[in-house]
Amino acid sequence: MIERDAPPARPARRFLSFSWAGLVPFFLFSAMFLGLPLAFLAIGSIADNKTGAPTLDNYAALSTQSVATAFRNSIEVSLVTAIVGGIFGFLLAVAVILGRLPRILRSALMTFSGVASNFAGIPLALAFTYTLSTTGILTVVLNSIGIHLYAGGFTIFSKIGIEIVYLYFQFPLMVLIIAPAIDGLKPEWREAAENMGATGFQYWRRIALPILTPTLLGSMILLFGNSFGAQATAYQLTAGQVSLVPLAIGNQISGDVLHNVGLGYAMAMGMVAVMGISIVGYTLLQRRSERWLR
Amino acid sequence: MTGPAIGPRAPGALESVATSAVTADRPRRNWGSPWAWIIFLIGVLYFTVPLIATFIISMRAKPLFAAYTNSFADPRFFSSLIYSFVIGLITVALSIALIVPTAYWVRLRAPRLRPFVEFITLLPFVIPPVVLVFGLIRAYSRPPLPFTNTDIGSSALLVFAYIVLSLPYMYRSVDSGLRAIDIRTLTEAAQSMGAGWFTILVRIILPNLRVALLSGAFLSLAIVIGEFTMAVYLARPAFGPYLALLGANRTYEPAAVSLISFGVTWLAMIAIALIGRGSRTRIQVGGAH
Amino acid sequence: MTFLELTGVQKRFGDVAAVEDFNLAAERGEFVSFLGPSGCGKTTTLRMIAGFELPTHGSIVIDDVDVTHRPPNQRNVGMVFQSYALFPNMTVAGNIGFGLRVRKRPSAQIAKRVSELLALIHLEDRGNRYPYQLSGGQQQRVALARALAFEPQVLLLDEPLSALDAKIRIVLRKEIRTIQRQLGITTVYVTHDQEEALSLSDRVVVMSEGRIEQIGAPADIYNFPATPFVASFVGTLNLLAAKVIDGGEGRISVDGQEIRSAKPITDAHDGSTVTIALRPESIELGEGGGVNRLRGVVEDTSFLGSIVRIRVRLPESQTTLSLDTFNDPNLDPPAIDETVTLSFPREACLVIGSGPAPVVDVVAGA
Repeated sequence: MIERDAPPARPARRFLSFSWAGLVPFFLFSAMFLGLPLAFLAIGSIADNKTGAPTLDNYAALSTQSVATAFRNSIEVSLVTAIVGGIFGFLLAVAVILGRLPRILRSALMTFSGVASNFAGIPLALAFTYTLSTTGILTVVLNSIGIHLYAGGFTIFSKIGIEIVYLYFQFPLMVLIIAPAIDGLKPEWREAAENMGATGFQYWRRIALPILTPTLLGSMILLFGNSFGAQATAYQLTAGQVSLVPLAIGNQISGDVLHNVGLGYAMAMGMVAVMGISIVGYTLLQRRSERWLR
Repeated sequence: MTGPAIGPRAPGALESVATSAVTADRPRRNWGSPWAWIIFLIGVLYFTVPLIATFIISMRAKPLFAAYTNSFADPRFFSSLIYSFVIGLITVALSIALIVPTAYWVRLRAPRLRPFVEFITLLPFVIPPVVLVFGLIRAYSRPPLPFTNTDIGSSALLVFAYIVLSLPYMYRSVDSGLRAIDIRTLTEAAQSMGAGWFTILVRIILPNLRVALLSGAFLSLAIVIGEFTMAVYLARPAFGPYLALLGANRTYEPAAVSLISFGVTWLAMIAIALIGRGSRTRIQVGGAH
Repeated sequence: MTFLELTGVQKRFGDVAAVEDFNLAAERGEFVSFLGPSGCGKTTTLRMIAGFELPTHGSIVIDDVDVTHRPPNQRNVGMVFQSYALFPNMTVAGNIGFGLRVRKRPSAQIAKRVSELLALIHLEDRGNRYPYQLSGGQQQRVALARALAFEPQVLLLDEPLSALDAKIRIVLRKEIRTIQRQLGITTVYVTHDQEEALSLSDRVVVMSEGRIEQIGAPADIYNFPATPFVASFVGTLNLLAAKVIDGGEGRISVDGQEIRSAKPITDAHDGSTVTIALRPESIELGEGGGVNRLRGVVEDTSFLGSIVRIRVRLPESQTTLSLDTFNDPNLDPPAIDETVTLSFPREACLVIGSGPAPVVDVVAGA
């Protein structure tokens, strides 16, 4: 009796044998509506505004005061909101997941975070204006109990104000990103640690936090990128008084007079570089933690 | 940074009770940890105070609720909302049609191309919307593809731009949905019964992705409806520019409209969470504008 | 000398009693298994010894110290989890030394102890690997070493081998028992695999639905099951319906054929139906196996490696019973539809319940 292996289950030979054939629509779309604009970006950044000749002047102009300020502000705001947002968002997530609060609070926080992480732009800026402007509701309430915010020089229409406002979508974003990782902390690890004599503090210090650190860092990088690219909120809040990179780019590209399109493109490339680095960092950290937790 | 002191049992907190009356589980199981409550309440405060302030402002219009009735009475409120909503739906439909086969193909047939595809889906994070829209305008305001010359063309361009913008969220949603179901086995089973690719995708894969699609679709919709920059530069009558106009010209209506959109969004989120309860896919994350 | 004592231990979750009236006195160095199906309460009891669950009633005493309400990190018991629960962010050495590090022992001492244990589990050169780089069997051994490193008073194992291949399971369980004997540590081992429990333990606690069905040495549990549950859970078993002819003399009738039971029947009157249990290995083909005889027709023969299991159908009642014979390469098993005589001694025929037999007449316990 002749033995024969069963034929392979995948009828691959019937369809196109190039493995990338099915991805053509996607690659085509990306090329047309992502790649092309990017190419214009890149080319525009090394082209002279009037003649179109290749030049690096636009990049040189990146070191001018106004551009440097924009980058400095953006980096500062993004760093602050990434760190503060990351830490408090993490604490919030731990509180509802591991803090033995009523289960419904966890679902409420998750759905709310889904909404709040997108509640950016004009409505958010308006909401904080209503809250903390000179005549804002909270300002007035605090005044009545003797805390005069504006007497100390504070104003919501400032870099600090932007940071406070940005946290409104940074906290929820952190909660959403880190929640699966916290869920991934197996209860057995904690039990095993207790079994071997560790206190809760020791468990967190030696096991839970080290396990979570790559994801924490990666998430904060994501928060950084998220804040860096935000624009409409800051514009509505400060009417462009605080110079941020996306706003500056918009000014250069679409401003009425004295605008320098090439510079705008160069700044955009600078921004792409910053974001690109953060994405790479995030991906590397993700890979690292996935490897451990396999 | 010390982790919150959750769960350490106070040593010797309870006397040992040998065989007397029923002792309930230690209280720590029924209360929450105090740290957790404090943090949670701080969070609640931070999130609700601006919403409350918005509400109060919206109620200052005379007579009461005038801000809301005026908003609803404004024809541009509905027209811009409907415009954005329709654009959003088209965006979602085309996204699904583009991404589901792509993610499916990558998982099943071309796993080596996965890093490339994922890289592309992360690009929209990297490009600021203002830059993207200008790139698109420059590329498509002249032949051979002069989208911006016509209204329909501009709206189409906006849809394409939104598909790009929502690419990261849709792709991650669909991908994690696919990860939760064994598509290889399902595909092979379907093929052995004679199904072609289209049938497999539409009748087997899509229905199993319901929750992932819902959450990705919903996020994309939220992004589209709230989006401002690209709609403004493409001169489209969308909800974002309308809101900006409102914010510039009216005092109380913007507050009302903001609250309405926030409330509706949250309700839809809850609806999705209820539908998706018990499913293994996760609700997707959001981002800033 | 009793080292680990559970008295009247009860665990309720709301209205449901997961564990009811659990009493056990284990000697120092004894290896005790908790054996039972899922949901019988064995893991819950183990977790109460470890301190992860609080008994609703009763006490747990280790070495004369009442630990019933001590938090788990103060009990000095070592636990091996079913899913190993190795800390993914630490190396093997880090995992093993964790208990000592938490007790603030000097690093030199920790290092020495870790290498002792690595040698014990035969993983000397894997000390700086991470858990994800190890196989399942290796991870389990590290989990064992980790639980032993800080010299606990009691070792607890929660179905430690259930996630492993059959062959590795056999190797590892022997290793666990060897190490346990070497160290002389009182051990509680939870499993649903009766072969594991019988081959490893000094005593077995058979549990069902939160209660102890029987405690005893493996041979006693197997040969003299105290309840129908124990009889059907441990080992393979034939359960048959029999009619009592003369209880005092133990005469009963199966399939219209008369046989004798091991003991006189006292709690069922003549003419009623009882359930009898027959171990397959106590039945012989032919007339030489004992005083009881049953005639039937061969229905099926299964080759199980060292054993051939023959299924025989009794003509009148159409019930089947199985008998096991050692595989003899020189002997052909009986043919299908062949009429055979089965014989077995009186002692093999245990009456374990009154009333009709359960529908399933051969219950596998493995």
